[in-house]
Amino acid sequence: MISPRVTTLLVTGSRQKLFVRKNLLSESARVSAIHCQSLSIEYPGGTRAVDKISLKVNPGEIVSLIGPSGCGKTTLLRLMAGLEQPTEGAVRLDPPVQGDAGGIAFVFQQPSLLPWRTAIENVVLPLDLIGKGSPSNRREIASELLRTVGLEGAVKRFPSELSGGMKMRVSIARALVTEPHVLLLDEPFAALDDMLRNQLGQLLLELWERRRFTVVMVTHNIAESVLLSHRIAVMRDGALASVLDNPLPQPRNEEIRATSKFGEFYGHVSRTLRGES
Amino acid sequence: MTAVSTPRQREILVSVSLVATVACIVLGIWEFIVWKFDLPKALLPTPRQCWNAAVLERVALFQATLSTGFAAFSGLLVAVAVGYGLAVIFSQSRSLRLALFPYVILLQTVPIVAIAPLLIVWSGYTFRTVLIVTAIVCLFPIVNSVTGGLMSTKQDTNDLFRLYGAGRWKRLLHLQIPSSVNHLMLGTKTSSGLAVIGAIVAEFFVGNSTSYDGLGTLMTGWANLLKTDALVSAVFASAILGVLLFGTVHLISAVFLRRWTTFAASAS
Repeated sequence: MISPRVTTLLVTGSRQKLFVRKNLLSESARVSAIHCQSLSIEYPGGTRAVDKISLKVNPGEIVSLIGPSGCGKTTLLRLMAGLEQPTEGAVRLDPPVQGDAGGIAFVFQQPSLLPWRTAIENVVLPLDLIGKGSPSNRREIASELLRTVGLEGAVKRFPSELSGGMKMRVSIARALVTEPHVLLLDEPFAALDDMLRNQLGQLLLELWERRRFTVVMVTHNIAESVLLSHRIAVMRDGALASVLDNPLPQPRNEEIRATSKFGEFYGHVSRTLRGES
Repeated sequence: MTAVSTPRQREILVSVSLVATVACIVLGIWEFIVWKFDLPKALLPTPRQCWNAAVLERVALFQATLSTGFAAFSGLLVAVAVGYGLAVIFSQSRSLRLALFPYVILLQTVPIVAIAPLLIVWSGYTFRTVLIVTAIVCLFPIVNSVTGGLMSTKQDTNDLFRLYGAGRWKRLLHLQIPSSVNHLMLGTKTSSGLAVIGAIVAEFFVGNSTSYDGLGTLMTGWANLLKTDALVSAVFASAILGVLLFGTVHLISAVFLRRWTTFAASAS
């Protein structure tokens, strides 16, 4: 539902009363589970980029796909998005998002903004494409989202006038503008420095806290996957090597990095990735 | 003298004075050669004689420049419209592109001096003929460049449009056309120089015995009369015309199409 429903929620915090503006965060927002059923994709010539992968991602869960380059994690993500067709098996969303363009959102490694559109016009793009809402309605939703990602001052700037981190924020806002059931991210922060990477990771968690959409994220970065996800799927040679449950408590913030539990799990993931356990 | 403050201003000043210096040297050498070898005026007039001829013939010269300028500009506009249309068709259909693109190349490779007499036969000694010749000459760079622009969209962006179920029409409107503007302006700039050449070549064939008067017809007449000084002034007029046309195209792209043309360096 795309309606500018601005609810004012009174939150009594420990320090002060916070007025949290809620817009796109309708309680009824639907999220979907993703069922991958023995997915395979074989390219002409016999290379199997993805080999019989079965994976269920629960509604509202954050799952990281991690593995060495060329292990097929991006291909798996693209299969989930429907950007590639499997040669065997199927991807099923439950509840399905059929006929609902915008039900699945994808964040690319590059911000991939249209350079002739301003920040807000880029965020509006998916709504333009699926033809939802009136133009003024679309802008309202987009500007609300830009505020949420902390870009209220850059609404009318062109991508060439934005820093790398800001562009990525616009890209995330664009992905969320359709209220997707499922958010897929392909190494979204890989091109950014460590500081920005952490900031945007936190932003992603905050956005997730509000709407609890299902997230699948491809990453190279073990710390990032440990910090952000509920489960970590380790891939090797196109197949699923193992799926690890993240024992760290939630909600998480940067401080958790300093705890021994973080270090332990980090080590566990790292060993699994190397195939030692 | 006003202070030249910014590096940009200094850079412009340096390049303008360099160009002016070269012009002075060339004119000096020219004047010297005529004086040294005592060349007759009909063979090579001095720069000053050319300037005097230009002043003497200023009315005819100005009107002819205006006519040729109008023909070149209109021909360029026709080429932009037709070329853009063709490019859109080529970008939408692979089979039409494969079938028709060779003919567009053919149009480019057949020398215009070979087509011009034919067009005279068909269309007469008229402005229309000049317009058609100019448009033909201008067409290829525009079709080629715009087709490239329409088809060179990025993988990520294509995926994004697919994800939101954008059809052919929405893709064209929101992605391909906006990203082709930059290419269109580059193609048009290339063609703006060709436009003046095309118009003048066509005018050579139209000749000076008709109601149509352009720089080309003027040149033919003056060449027959061995009015070399006036002829040289007409050559300069056509050069200035080319620069003006290029400048106009540049201005249009810099002022009205900024949004689509200035990002090229930082697109991501």
